[in-house]
Amino acid sequence: MPIPLSHILIFSTLLFAIGLYGVLVRRNVIGILISIELILNAVNVNLIAFSRAHPLNPEMGQVFAIFVITLAALAATVGLAIVLALYRVKRTIYADEVNLLKW
Amino acid sequence: MVKLAYLIPLFPLASFITLIFFGKRLGAKSALVAIGASLFSLITAAPFICGALAGQTYAHSFEWLYLAGKPLSFGIWIDSLSAMMLFVVTFVGSLIIIYSVGYMHHDPRFPRFFAYLSLFMAAMLSLVLSPNFVMFYMSWELVGLCSYLLIGFWFEKDSAARASKKAFITTRIGDVALFLGILLLFFTTGTLELKNLNPEFLQAFAQHSRALTLAGILIFGGAVGKSAQFPLHVWLPDAMEGPTPVSALIHAATMVAAGVYLVARSFGLITMFPDSLTVIATIGTLTAFMAAFFGLTQTDIKRVLAYSTISQLGFMIAALGLKGYAAGTFHLMTHAFFKALLFLGAGSVIHGTGTQDIREMGGLLKKMPHTGLTFLIASLAIAGVPPLSGFWSKDEILVAAFESEHRIFYYVLSATAAMTAFYMFRLVFLTFFGKPRKELHVHESPAVMTVPLWLLAVGSAVLGIPGSPWMNHFFQHFINRSIGGEALEHAMNPFVMNVSVALGVGGILLAALFYLVFPALAGFFGKILRPFYLASYHKLWFEELDQATVIRAWYGLGGLLARFDLDVIDGAVNGAGRETLRLSRIKNWIDVHIVDGLVNAVGAVTQAFSSLLRRIQTGLIQNYLFILFLGILVILFFEQR
Repeated sequence: MPIPLSHILIFSTLLFAIGLYGVLVRRNVIGILISIELILNAVNVNLIAFSRAHPLNPEMGQVFAIFVITLAALAATVGLAIVLALYRVKRTIYADEVNLLKW
Repeated sequence: MVKLAYLIPLFPLASFITLIFFGKRLGAKSALVAIGASLFSLITAAPFICGALAGQTYAHSFEWLYLAGKPLSFGIWIDSLSAMMLFVVTFVGSLIIIYSVGYMHHDPRFPRFFAYLSLFMAAMLSLVLSPNFVMFYMSWELVGLCSYLLIGFWFEKDSAARASKKAFITTRIGDVALFLGILLLFFTTGTLELKNLNPEFLQAFAQHSRALTLAGILIFGGAVGKSAQFPLHVWLPDAMEGPTPVSALIHAATMVAAGVYLVARSFGLITMFPDSLTVIATIGTLTAFMAAFFGLTQTDIKRVLAYSTISQLGFMIAALGLKGYAAGTFHLMTHAFFKALLFLGAGSVIHGTGTQDIREMGGLLKKMPHTGLTFLIASLAIAGVPPLSGFWSKDEILVAAFESEHRIFYYVLSATAAMTAFYMFRLVFLTFFGKPRKELHVHESPAVMTVPLWLLAVGSAVLGIPGSPWMNHFFQHFINRSIGGEALEHAMNPFVMNVSVALGVGGILLAALFYLVFPALAGFFGKILRPFYLASYHKLWFEELDQATVIRAWYGLGGLLARFDLDVIDGAVNGAGRETLRLSRIKNWIDVHIVDGLVNAVGAVTQAFSSLLRRIQTGLIQNYLFILFLGILVILFFEQR
């Protein structure tokens, strides 16, 4: 018996909420990046779930998910490079200590 | 032929223009230009003078512009009167210009002097030649200008600068009268032609007798100024501040005689309306007497001669006022010669001794024989010793006075003649005779100065002859041709002649007694007649009177006007300034506090709000994300609705 769609959506919502919480409250920039990955994965779960529910073209959502995974890897790469550069300049990776674009 | 006469004034004018522009480059040669020009004038004038002697008149004119439909013209008009003046001006003028070479040769402004003399010659000749009042008046003003320039020639001297101003302003009073007279004549009769001033022409305007009498008196007013008649005589003695050749040329021989010439020219007008005749005769006689009286006590050699000139001009004016047309003009001619000679002689004395005070001179005859002898001849001529020129012309005037309605003129003029002889020989004896009263380095003047003296001396001696019975009164017949009106028929009068000789010789003898034989007598009489002596010495306090009345009144008026200017006009200007300042202060306040305030308020409000708003720009990325998320929630919330 297949898992009903609503269960999967509840799961992905929880995953998104955890990721969002992590983005908003983590001080460590690497933590924020990991939380962004969580959000993206929540999106991927949603895409797969809706794709499976689609009667005519069940493969399309999976293609999107693969695209998102690729882009997430890229984003992580760039993000980690920025973190590295930030650490070199500021000697910290805590987001609340980096407020250069201030009034 | 007639048009050649235009050259007569043009030669000196060309000389003036040359000298004023190139005088500095010409240097000492500039005198040659001026002498040449005046000699050319003399030569050009000679045929016209001869023609006039033969009874011809020359007239030519061209129209210049129209005034009220009447032409104003320039031109020439030579009759016997202007021919005589031409002779005097060109001949005496040339001699004086030659003399000036010697007198002025040290002067740094030597070329300038000859330029002015040339301008004067040009103006005087065009005055003499002018056929109408327009050209006459222009030349009249020009000679006045030259007089001003030449009196003030040594303008570094304060007294000379003052004297030139005084002469100019005083004669100007007369010039205004002359101008008004010309206007009155023009608006009454519509003519400005001098030859129209005769009874035939004026007969048509007999009903305007009051206007024309006034016109005659006003025109005479011009002569009063120019010929230094009472009450405008005060400028001529001061005019002696100018170089001596100027005094001879302008203030003795020619320009001051222009006034007499004017009266002679207007003779037709003034005899037609005889009320003005009385005024003229009275002023002339009064001036003659008064100036001779002042001349008695002056100590400056040139001032004695200046008063003598005023006195002799008074004689001429009086003669014309007594209808003695030939007498007045005759005396004009002889006086031009002997007075020019006296001034040039005085100049030679000043040149030789370096002083003008006759009290410092004495015994100069031996050291300056040429000057002394010629001076003596001129003095005999002016004193009226026969057969020198002054005797004949003065006798004519005395006859005219004797035969007039009022004998008083004769008595006064005779007394004046005696005084003339006295003051002239007082001058001669103090200067040339006796013992030198002061050590002076005296030297006779060079030939360029003494030759003109001798030529003038010959003129002074013989020029009376044409007017004497020996030549059958040739001059009187000659000059009467130019007359515009009824004149006194000439009559010999042995009584007058004898009295005149007696008075002249008496005056000379009295002077000899006072200043040669008993020098103490002069001081003695000076003490006895002290009030008279002081009155004469101070010239009847005329200067002081003028100072106290006219000049003070003018200063007072000037002061009042200055006060008006300072208090009212300047006050208004300052008040306007003050009010403007106050108004702009108010505007400034409005500008600073209201206009700028608004602008500043806009800025301040913007700043206040932005300082509130910028608080949200924390620079913390998570804040931004949080707000972003909240915003999405809000949008979604409203989407649902």
